[in-house]
Amino acid sequence: MSVYFIIAVIVLVFVVIFQIAKASEYVSVLKGEEDSKKQTNKINGFLMLAFLVLGLIGVYYCHQILKGRILGESASVEGERVDSMFFITTIVTGIVFFITQVLLFWFSYKYQEKENRKPLFFPHNNTMEVIWTVVPAIVLSVLVVIGLRNWFIFTGDAPKNALVVEITGKQFGWIFRYPGKDNEFGKKYFRNIDPSNNTLGLIWADNKEMNQKADPATYDDIVQEQTMYVIKGKPVKLVINSRDVIHDVGLVHFRMKMDAVPGIPTTLWFTPKFTTTEMKEKTGNPNFQYEISCDQMCGNGHYSMKGVVEVVTQEEYDLWMAKQKPYYYASFPEKDPSVKSVSAIDSTGSKATVSTSPGGGGAVIKTKLK
Amino acid sequence: MNTEQILAKEIVQGDVNYDHDQGHEAHQHHETFITKYIFSQDHKMIAKQFLLTGMIWAVIGGLMSILFRIQLAYPDSNFPILETLLGKWAKGGHISAEAYYALVTTHGTVLVFFVLTAGLSGTFANFLIPLQIGARDMASPFMNMLSYWFFFTAALIMLCSIFVETGPFSGGWTAYPPLSALGSASPGSKTGMDLWLVSMALFVVSSLLGGLNYIATILNMRTKGMSMTRLPLTIWALFFTAVLGVLSFPVLFSGFILLIFDRNFGTSFYLSDIYVNGVGALPNEGGSAILYQHLFWFLGHPEVYIIILPAMGIVSEVMSVNSRKPIFGYMAMVGSLFAIAVLAFLVWAHHMFVSGLNPFLGSFFVLLTLLIAVPSAIKVFNWLTTLWRGSIRFTPAMLYCIGFVSMFISGGLTGVFLGNSALDIHLHDTYFIVAHFHIVMGVAGMFGMFTGIYHWYPKMFGRYLNNTLGYIHFWVTFVGAYLIFWPMHYEGLAGMPRRYYDFTNWESFKMFQGVNIFISIVSMIVFGAQLLFLFNFFYSMYKGRKVTSQNPWESTTLEWTTPVNPGHGNWVGEIPEVHRWAYDYGKDGKSFIQQTTPIGADETEQH
Repeated sequence: MSVYFIIAVIVLVFVVIFQIAKASEYVSVLKGEEDSKKQTNKINGFLMLAFLVLGLIGVYYCHQILKGRILGESASVEGERVDSMFFITTIVTGIVFFITQVLLFWFSYKYQEKENRKPLFFPHNNTMEVIWTVVPAIVLSVLVVIGLRNWFIFTGDAPKNALVVEITGKQFGWIFRYPGKDNEFGKKYFRNIDPSNNTLGLIWADNKEMNQKADPATYDDIVQEQTMYVIKGKPVKLVINSRDVIHDVGLVHFRMKMDAVPGIPTTLWFTPKFTTTEMKEKTGNPNFQYEISCDQMCGNGHYSMKGVVEVVTQEEYDLWMAKQKPYYYASFPEKDPSVKSVSAIDSTGSKATVSTSPGGGGAVIKTKLK
Repeated sequence: MNTEQILAKEIVQGDVNYDHDQGHEAHQHHETFITKYIFSQDHKMIAKQFLLTGMIWAVIGGLMSILFRIQLAYPDSNFPILETLLGKWAKGGHISAEAYYALVTTHGTVLVFFVLTAGLSGTFANFLIPLQIGARDMASPFMNMLSYWFFFTAALIMLCSIFVETGPFSGGWTAYPPLSALGSASPGSKTGMDLWLVSMALFVVSSLLGGLNYIATILNMRTKGMSMTRLPLTIWALFFTAVLGVLSFPVLFSGFILLIFDRNFGTSFYLSDIYVNGVGALPNEGGSAILYQHLFWFLGHPEVYIIILPAMGIVSEVMSVNSRKPIFGYMAMVGSLFAIAVLAFLVWAHHMFVSGLNPFLGSFFVLLTLLIAVPSAIKVFNWLTTLWRGSIRFTPAMLYCIGFVSMFISGGLTGVFLGNSALDIHLHDTYFIVAHFHIVMGVAGMFGMFTGIYHWYPKMFGRYLNNTLGYIHFWVTFVGAYLIFWPMHYEGLAGMPRRYYDFTNWESFKMFQGVNIFISIVSMIVFGAQLLFLFNFFYSMYKGRKVTSQNPWESTTLEWTTPVNPGHGNWVGEIPEVHRWAYDYGKDGKSFIQQTTPIGADETEQH
């Protein structure tokens, strides 16, 4: 019922507007077109000025309301560069924005048609043209230089001491792999993937058919889903893979982002500045999490493809790491030398997390096998 | 020149019986309803066909955006009417994720290609090129007709894809594989994607047929005295647009062909190392998903200039007419159009800064991308100077001109953020980019289109649009567009990703719920204002005030020397000769001097 009511109101509004429009056309014919043209010209000229003033107030007002909701301080050392670059670019473009918009609407208002106004025949002026070619070019060069310096830092090699974590996207979740004690990621191959116990396709056994040899480096790799642990103050390098379609590792608080492309590993690195606990205090939000958002359309569950980064201190990390069981042993408890008899799975162990997406399980990977 | 002479002959023998003011009514020889309104070879009728089809798609695409804005504003509420409308796509009155993504994808595809490409440059290239250069029709009227009918077929197939059981394609308008290649990864990538590809392939054919025709016509069929530097800027803009299209659409086409092969014939151009949940490992190895992105954006970036250049041309022309002043820096305007057209081909990879592209390569694209700001700045300053000390008549078309410049400034400046790769890392694929391209391409493109429609409507239909409705339409749309897209920049700064169906589970993004409701409500109001425009458009076609003077805007260009309702062939008798450039406004104390007026002995400056 209310739907019909709304429709009726809308139709009514349209009819009223139409009648006004129609009437004003008749009025203009009666009054003489010249007169009514003059009048509408005046009204629209005034509205131009009004739009400028109200618009600028609106820009300020919008900023006051929303500035608290955009991200606060960057949570990574590299992100500070993004923030300062953003600040500089905003100042530069802000000045241009202000000047050009003011001129646009001011000119519109000031030079509206009036009886005694003679437009100026002013087809070109080379000096002016040169000025507004050269000045933007110089300003932009400055921005380019700042930008490229940062770009090469961000995309350059990660520091030698960086913690390396492999992250693999799949519909619709993330799989993390740590290299284990040997500090080396074992080889993997996508045809070995088994959603129940080998989510990354690690090469654990010889396989004549596929011409594969078991890679011993895989045996101590640790595989996790949902949450990635990294260390405050220590650079972390992500080796990014995808298992199916293109995903994107979006780390808003760290100001970083990189696509996950099937078949082509990509990398990204940053240095976390605050632990998750510290951020909870800083933001005053007890539910705060460093979220990993998938930023590349990857299917109907795209919006739910969430991961979590837990930034902890070195001690907490070591403690956590000590509790992790290599994925190989988690999948084949009978081969685990540390397990004598009892149940193979301890509740905090690596098989703890259960994926919410179909076909998910534990998880693992390694660069491509040729 | 041959075609022209032959056509001219036909005119003399056939259609010349019109008298000056009543061209279209009497004595239409051998023209049936079908040859006049459907399979017409008259460029003016084809232009109207493009416009009408574009408008239909604009309504469909706009309606889709309203539907997904409802979801974004009220992710937890149910609206039973949605189930009535959408059936299984909105069970319980709640749009499903599948439907949401299908809506977003189709909205993007049709707005970019069908509305802002075919609807804008298809309409105005067809309508204005022969009229403004002084030609009877296009170089090949038949090819021109084919161009429309390929477009029509493409549109029809796209429409069909909405109704297939597995839904239309739903992987974003850019259609990145592997998602778009694997039906098992997304139901939208099944039949819907096949239809999408066929439709887009036909659309490319349509664009090429049209584009080649526009180029040939502009280069070969200008009337006597119409040198290239005397062309109105609309024609220059449409010329560069056509060149861009002809050079870049084939690349997109090749990308689509490879995708069709990957989908249907077991090749691995784009596929490698894929394990699909519930299906298992795929046999494909060795392909590169990035290859598609290169092929796509090699068109995709010129495409945004294919959209905006015609708008720029239309705005330059209409602004000059209504400021009663020559466009400032004509040659600089042409030069900057040329610069933009060249740079358009050298910046595509700025869409791929975070795709894993070689960073060294990326740095070149940063430089070239920011370089585009220079010709853009020239254009803006030239428009501002055109207004300066003019005598401005605020016709609805002129309002849209000013609105266009405002939007182009706002949207162009955010491009400086995004083109700088180090900043793009943070802003890529967030609402910041959504705001950026909607303002600079979507809204500005639409404003260019509205400028053109309001300005040339009297020439198209021999009647005026209702001015008051035009003013209401403009102010609601203009204010509304800023209210919709300005707050989105803030959402983007917070890193809020685009193409999310629901943000409620995200601690980092859910604080924008209120903003989303605000945006959705404004977008509904703005959509309402567009209905007002549609009403005005169709109502005025039959009931609008009749145009009584040949040159209602007191303009200098050739289209206003034709009869009020020009027939096929445009001019009765000889095509007029041109003696000057298109922008002699306010010269030597005269309000305007038409291009057909010979240079007087006492004139000051000549062009």
